[in-house]
Amino acid sequence: MTTPILSISNLSTSFRVGGEWRNVVHDVSFDIGPKETVAVVGESGSGKSVTAMSIMRLLSPGNSRVTGRIDFEGKNLLDLPLEQMQSIRGNRIGMIFQEPMTSLNPVLRIGQQITEVLVHHRGMSQSQAEAEAVRLLEKVRIPSAKSRLNEYPMNFSGGMRQRVVIAIALACDPKLLIADEPTTALDVTIQAQILELIKTLQDEEGMSVLFITHDMGVVAEISDRTVVMYRGDAVETGTTQEIFAGAKHPYTRALLSAVPQLGSMTGLDRPLRFPQVDMASGELQPVKPTADTVKRDVGPILKVDKLVTRFDIKKGFLRSTIGRIHAVEGVSLELKQGETLSLVGESGCGKSTTGRSIIRLTDARSGTIEIDGKNVLSAGKSQLAGIRREAQMIFQDPFESLNPRIRIGDAIAEPIVTHGLAGVAEAKERVGELLERVGLSASMADRFPHEFSGGQRQRVCIARALALEPKLIIADESVSALDVSVKAQVINLMLDLQEKYGLGYLFISHDMAVVERISHRVAVMYLGEIVEIGPRQAVFENPQHDYTKRLMAAVPIADPSRRQTRRISNDEIKSPFRAANYAPPKRSYEQAGEGHFFQLA
Amino acid sequence: MSGYLLSRSIQTVLTLLVMSVLVFVGLYLVGNPVDVLLSPTATPAERLQVIQSFGLDKPVWEQYGLFLTRALSGDLGNSFVFNQPALTLILNRMPATLELAFVALLIGLVFGIPLGIYAGLKPKSLVSKSVMTFSILGFSLPTFWIGLVMVMLFSVKLGWLPASGRGDTVPIFGVPLSLFTLDGLSHLLLPAFNLALFKISLIIRLTRAGVLETMQLDFVRFARAKGLPERRIVRVHVLKNTLIPLITVIGLELGSLIAFAVVTETIFAWPGMGKLIIDAIAVLDRPVILAYLMITVVMFSIINLLVDILYSIVDPRVRLEGNS
Repeated sequence: MTTPILSISNLSTSFRVGGEWRNVVHDVSFDIGPKETVAVVGESGSGKSVTAMSIMRLLSPGNSRVTGRIDFEGKNLLDLPLEQMQSIRGNRIGMIFQEPMTSLNPVLRIGQQITEVLVHHRGMSQSQAEAEAVRLLEKVRIPSAKSRLNEYPMNFSGGMRQRVVIAIALACDPKLLIADEPTTALDVTIQAQILELIKTLQDEEGMSVLFITHDMGVVAEISDRTVVMYRGDAVETGTTQEIFAGAKHPYTRALLSAVPQLGSMTGLDRPLRFPQVDMASGELQPVKPTADTVKRDVGPILKVDKLVTRFDIKKGFLRSTIGRIHAVEGVSLELKQGETLSLVGESGCGKSTTGRSIIRLTDARSGTIEIDGKNVLSAGKSQLAGIRREAQMIFQDPFESLNPRIRIGDAIAEPIVTHGLAGVAEAKERVGELLERVGLSASMADRFPHEFSGGQRQRVCIARALALEPKLIIADESVSALDVSVKAQVINLMLDLQEKYGLGYLFISHDMAVVERISHRVAVMYLGEIVEIGPRQAVFENPQHDYTKRLMAAVPIADPSRRQTRRISNDEIKSPFRAANYAPPKRSYEQAGEGHFFQLA
Repeated sequence: MSGYLLSRSIQTVLTLLVMSVLVFVGLYLVGNPVDVLLSPTATPAERLQVIQSFGLDKPVWEQYGLFLTRALSGDLGNSFVFNQPALTLILNRMPATLELAFVALLIGLVFGIPLGIYAGLKPKSLVSKSVMTFSILGFSLPTFWIGLVMVMLFSVKLGWLPASGRGDTVPIFGVPLSLFTLDGLSHLLLPAFNLALFKISLIIRLTRAGVLETMQLDFVRFARAKGLPERRIVRVHVLKNTLIPLITVIGLELGSLIAFAVVTETIFAWPGMGKLIIDAIAVLDRPVILAYLMITVVMFSIINLLVDILYSIVDPRVRLEGNS
């Protein structure tokens, strides 16, 4: 190998937590060659981001201690005085972060945030810097760049902001770009655009990239070599091909087995559990196939017909309605008991609003909703309480959906007591049972939410939803915030519960690969409408609608040998905002197969 | 923008209406000014004459109606005591109070913001801790007590500064100000500092909290990753974000400085509006009280409007809208 651009040897980082030093990165060494892309992959708490921050020396010096060597252009970065380090940051090494929404200063103009780097590092005059900023914005494919210099970050979408951030990071032609989860917060089609952009720019500029991610699909897509981190250790390093073909460390194998792979279910028609890896031996345990849980002979548990939910946008002195967000527009669907229907689409497509409208957390404008034969929209207060007993919701963020000051036992018992299903004493017993059902132990009922990990909390949320013995569960991005291995466990749990209790799931997700695992049927939403609905196998293997095809093409495939060269359009996700007098067109659907419909343009 | 200004003006007029009704009814319930103003030995005929001259013989709603029609033409009535237009009385006193308030605010900003930034950037240093201790004192010690101590120390013991009154004034654009004469300045210093102490403490705490919070944000980390020197990060990236919450509070505080500087004005015998209103309340001089409160409401509205406009300049995410 040629001389590396960046060489990390024996890097260890510790943080001071409550007076004690805790080691979070332990003896990590790896090199990055010229024009090479190295991915550091791991789950939350693995120390991958801390490694990146250590390289840039961005950790606060009072609370952290970094030892080892980081050689870059003949210098050990850890020994440099701060001033010299500042002339490397943003100049020789560029860095981009996960959250494009917060990386830019909201009160400064985009132009100023770009030019300050050019003025500072490259000694340009203000007018030179402005001209260069336009060139940079054009380089990251921002349309009509010149006119956008005077705009503020709030006028840019998430994907566009990440482009601006990349433009800033690349302003001084760095030798190395450190990208810390740069696409995690973005929609899948936008993620594909940004990955494509990073790859193209890397070719154009001839720089190296250190890519930090938790997503094996992204790793397979972008990196030449991969470092797998687990609890602060680099447990495995190798070319990406090698790691995907024959991982040696049990953790890498566990990680890979838990990675949902789009296309791994070709030919299967039922959901499939994730394989579990025995962490001691590294052996894959065989997957128990799921039983056929769908009750086809009884009526549907959920029936939604022509649901419409719109939000008025009011403006001006008289608060007149100038337009509406058509969040949900003429959505019809049916769900049988024991069946999983996934609602997929990108942010703003109305999938969550659909879920919320179904149990009237958001008011629908028109349409009919029946849960177990009971009309939801016309239900009175007490009837609604009864209906909500049968339809429970699980939310995305297990950290925010549990009250931090209520013991989880009480949180689970609350709905049981409120709905009068049992007395306080009996409810306590039920709580123990429920906790065991979701794979926790009854003795944990006395704990507070902060004593649990993210995955355990989501189990608690599931236990709380199960407390009322519902027939329908609406899971709104319930596994999106979880690490891959935990995600796999929670999905397996949901499949177990479906087998045991015949639950119907309305599974709302943007994650196509997870959807492929868990669903019987899939509905694709775009701008508030269902553009395609049908059996999972049909929709995934034979997508009909253009948007479905685009969505499928954008999902990264966790297989480096199937790396695709694709042309991604630079389209933004459109807004469902319409003028006040807008009348939605009549939609017609065509049948592509049994139960498989798609919208005609 | 014009829609915004219009709706703001309407709000102000509504507030004025509600306030005037409350004050009218309130004062009516509290007591009869004639009882306070007239000596107990006055004959019933004298009494009747005074009552009639004040218009107090009419039912209260009629008095209110009369007040409203006059107010529309800019006449807020004559003071019961001085027999001069209430508005003129107040406007004569206003420059003194405004001067005091603005100087106090300026002192608050000049000391508060830099100290607050320092305390936010280096929260663990000894200096920051001393600054924070000082700010607790500034919060908790009563203004009148500090005022008295200041008079004792600087006027009585050291004899550096005069203890009371307003010094020489020079007219600036027709407004008599003491800010530009040496004598006036020396008279202004003590009361202004006395008023400013609480504001300094408040601004220190707010700035520190803002800086501490902003320093944790992603864009500061990104600014560091851009290789910008710490100085620029604080001056450009952090400061502007810290100012946003500060502006609102400073606006409200300015209003309260102007309207309720009573205690300080009393201690330092400052000839401002505060003293006038206290005297007016004591004798139930309704026209003066009403005029004073109306001016206060208008002033608060103007300050709030300025704050909102300033806010939208500093923070591009805020848009001025009809009803916000």
